[in-house]
Amino acid sequence: MPVFAQDSHSAAGREQAFSRHSSGLEHFFTYIHGERGLTLLDLSGASQSNVSFITGLGHRLYSEDLLTSLDQLFGAGDFYGNQCAPEGVERFLAQSLNLPEGSCDGALIWDLLEYLAPPLLKAVVDRLYRLVKPRAYLLAVFHGDERAERVPSYFYRICDAHTLLLAPRGLRIPAQLFNNRAIEKLFQGFETVKFFLTRDHLREVVVKR
Amino acid sequence: MPPITPTPPPPKPAEVEAPRGVASIGKSVVIKGQIFSREDLYLDGEIEGTVEVPEHRLTIGPHGKLQAGIKAREVVVLGAVQGNVEAGERIDIRKESRLVGDIKTGRIIIEDGAYFKGSIDIVKAEPLKPVAGARPAAPEGPAGAPAETKL
Repeated sequence: MPVFAQDSHSAAGREQAFSRHSSGLEHFFTYIHGERGLTLLDLSGASQSNVSFITGLGHRLYSEDLLTSLDQLFGAGDFYGNQCAPEGVERFLAQSLNLPEGSCDGALIWDLLEYLAPPLLKAVVDRLYRLVKPRAYLLAVFHGDERAERVPSYFYRICDAHTLLLAPRGLRIPAQLFNNRAIEKLFQGFETVKFFLTRDHLREVVVKR
Repeated sequence: MPPITPTPPPPKPAEVEAPRGVASIGKSVVIKGQIFSREDLYLDGEIEGTVEVPEHRLTIGPHGKLQAGIKAREVVVLGAVQGNVEAGERIDIRKESRLVGDIKTGRIIIEDGAYFKGSIDIVKAEPLKPVAGARPAAPEGPAGAPAETKL
């Protein structure tokens, strides 16, 4: 998958890491406040800040960098075309998110879903549904500008229960961009979908299984 | 005619050497089986099996490729590990290293640029409790000689 250099002139294309308040993150951790020993899934790849924060709350962390896995598996040639092939979907699910069903008490998906072609997107959302326990929460982030051709991707680092540090990992062409209705349709099998409006180009969504 | 001076070979890239006083397995060594060490151990070869270094440090060098379960007091990863790791005190995953497996440890350091996939359980070691009714240690005799033990 070609990753383009950040366009530092656009509001969304910052080259430096930046911190921002996250209402979605705040709600996610409020929902699990007081619990200990949960298993939380983080799909942004392991980082010291996320490991320290989540294990500091007494939880177990399962970490996987799915964007890197996508690049390694589908990066040669047509990135999204490769994802559409049935054998591609099977290969990806054979090596990713291969946890026991019902083993996760929450999931931090971040912006991953924007880089999945429709067949793989459906398969991954179905897999996430089975991985998390009933009434578990998932946090996802979507870019707000539905007309953007390229969007910045980030490493999402948790500073505290309501602050994220977003470290740029290059501009990428999304498979699709979602409006609110598309997001609701994406998670139609889940119990609730809650949107959090932000002042910047990102939209946060907390979904309840 | 001036003498022809041969072009010197390009300098070799700097390599991480095993620290002195540490048992080490070099990068050209391949082992399939169980490794047990009662001292600090530096592994830079290919290992398949299990590695146990109780009460000591295990370092996987930059050329190290392990497909092994690991148990040690402390683990430092500079190479590639596929397997579960129990590091009672701490584990240190350096940048450009790769670890796929589940970790149980008292403390974890993970650098940016490291690749990790798996679960992390932080297990704090319980402080040693004094045994109830234990007698204090006997004092030494004159000039540091050990006290006599009456049977």
